[in-house]
Amino acid sequence: MSAKPVARTTLKLTVIAVAMFVFAIFVLPPLYDVFCEITGIGGKTAGQYQPGQQVVDTERVVKVQFIATNNASMPWQFSPIEYEVRVHPGASTAVEFYAKNPTSRDMVAQAIPNVSPTNAAEFFHKTECFCFNRQPLKAGEEANLGLVFIIDPDLPAGVNTVTLSYTLFDVTERAAEELAQLGLRTGFY
Amino acid sequence: MAYGPEKGIGRWLFSTNHKDIGTMYLWFSFAMFLLGGFFAMVIRAELFEPGMQIVNPEFFNQMTTMHGLVMVFGAIMPSFVGLANWLIPMQIGAPDMALPRLNNLSFWILPFGFTLLASTLFMEGGAPNFGWTFYAPLSTTYAPSTVNFFIFGVHIIGASSIMGSINIIATVLNLRAPGMTLMKMPLFVWTWLITAFLLVAVMPVLAGTVTMMLMDINFGTSFFDAAGGGDPVLFQHVFWFFGHPEVYIIILPAFGVVSAVIPTFSRKPLFGYSSMVYATSAIAFLSFIVWAHHMFTVGMPLAGELYFMYATMLIAVPTGVKVFNWITTMFRGSLTFETPMLYAIAFIILFTIGGFTGLMMAMAPVDIQYHDTYFIVSHFHYVMVAGAVFAMTSGIYYWLPKWTGKMYNEAMGKAQFWVSFIGFNIAFFPQHFLGLAGMPRRYADYSLQFAEWNMVSSIGAFMYGAAQLFFLYNVISTIIAGKPAPQEKTWEGAEGLEWTLSSPPPYHSFTTPPQVK
Repeated sequence: MSAKPVARTTLKLTVIAVAMFVFAIFVLPPLYDVFCEITGIGGKTAGQYQPGQQVVDTERVVKVQFIATNNASMPWQFSPIEYEVRVHPGASTAVEFYAKNPTSRDMVAQAIPNVSPTNAAEFFHKTECFCFNRQPLKAGEEANLGLVFIIDPDLPAGVNTVTLSYTLFDVTERAAEELAQLGLRTGFY
Repeated sequence: MAYGPEKGIGRWLFSTNHKDIGTMYLWFSFAMFLLGGFFAMVIRAELFEPGMQIVNPEFFNQMTTMHGLVMVFGAIMPSFVGLANWLIPMQIGAPDMALPRLNNLSFWILPFGFTLLASTLFMEGGAPNFGWTFYAPLSTTYAPSTVNFFIFGVHIIGASSIMGSINIIATVLNLRAPGMTLMKMPLFVWTWLITAFLLVAVMPVLAGTVTMMLMDINFGTSFFDAAGGGDPVLFQHVFWFFGHPEVYIIILPAFGVVSAVIPTFSRKPLFGYSSMVYATSAIAFLSFIVWAHHMFTVGMPLAGELYFMYATMLIAVPTGVKVFNWITTMFRGSLTFETPMLYAIAFIILFTIGGFTGLMMAMAPVDIQYHDTYFIVSHFHYVMVAGAVFAMTSGIYYWLPKWTGKMYNEAMGKAQFWVSFIGFNIAFFPQHFLGLAGMPRRYADYSLQFAEWNMVSSIGAFMYGAAQLFFLYNVISTIIAGKPAPQEKTWEGAEGLEWTLSSPPPYHSFTTPPQVK
């Protein structure tokens, strides 16, 4: 019987199987992130925006809606103070979000923004945002968190409503770990 | 070494014989079919009337999950591997599979995989309850504590499939009889060759998916957890990158069986052999680039929805080629309607119905209405049960006389077919109406307006379930007390190397390779 060709076929197929396993774990997830980043379909917004000379388009009015959500077991009270504003593209607008830590322990939170429709994400510029930093709140403490944004005048013509959603994550443990790694005393800031 | 099987249990435990291993695969998959069928009976009994009667909702969720997992991975896939083991060496003129010891291993790890999976039913926390598609974070953050047993079970089952496929490819590519070129192989061998390539490509992706779940649950990674920078939608992409080829893994060998049965009972060669081969390859290729049609509701961009919609509809073209070829094979044939032929014709009709509902759901705008309703439940039972299982049953009736040397009782076979066919349609056709009316899948209870069709569906399901016990009786009574099958050819129209062997075939067939002209 032809043992050699069988062994060669088997080896090739085993390599394919192992390669597909590696592909699924180590290639697909990063590829997915890169794909979303390039195409902008994830609705992710960019970091801090440096405003240049903006021309305000007073002809056009865009409705901006705000959504605040807590992730999984996050116990904070978190909501926009104004749920909806109407702005002219190019004009700088400031809004605030309300957050309260109702628990009896000090906590740190991180807000992650997302814009819908996704083709509006790259035209939503934040000049100041509480999402750029972690937000610590002591037990029972409350705060108003600020956001300043500009809608780019190049926003596609079909988009008349932009929804900005924040999801609030509990990062208390991670913040504590990082502080511990820096050689600082574990605990609150 | 003595010619013939060993005595006692050692024959089965240490077997490297393709026929013995094929037999074990078939019996194992039938046992799993009955187990999964029992779960289905629990589901349909609970849904017989609105309100909660028999089980609590948590257990109901475990039943739907386990039914799906056991049927897909335990019943349908191993049954076709069993058929491949029995038939591929006989159809290509080989003495055995290329890797007989690997063959033994790939079968014998299966019972362990399913013991791991089924043992969760008796554990604290219960069996997996997140649906057979096990979407994260339902299967990670919110999973029962037994989820690790599920993960390792899937690993073992996947390893078994990969080894089985490697074996099949190595056999088909290296052990064909002289003169048996690729384009002379029976279509069942062709469809299995392509299926095996699909399995080698996507089962590791499934293993990767459950491995990522394992790490998310136990080792603090965040592949699918947004809180750590991961994405639950990534899970659906990776899962369906495996999951869509998986449905063709299930149906392609069924196409192969039907392509053997239809010409036999039409007494004509298969119409359009080479177009069948190309159509099978085309379906296999397309299966890799359409996965996100399972995810039209996750919020894809318009361009993505359009692409996946059109690419999915494209699959109807090679599938249509196959259906037309089967019909043309029957056209002006000298038809007789023995049990395998009845099952094969029912396959063509019902699979086409399932294909049409598939096309309906391929349309992104309307799929948002159909998504996760009983319409999809009905669709995939038309292609999985009336597709894969009917073809499998057809194949068993067709080759059983060859395998055992005994003929089944034709009247009993036909009776079994009609109970099966009528029961199946009563069970699943009304689910189209339920789905279009908006009944969601995977709930233990439903609104009152769905009561009538659910009762009808349950009655049909019980009928179909009983038909499978009838089938078991038919097979066992054939093996024990069947009349001897005609020695030369069981079916006068049958073509192929396996029919040149005696019935039952010798323990080692084709020790000298036959010449194929």
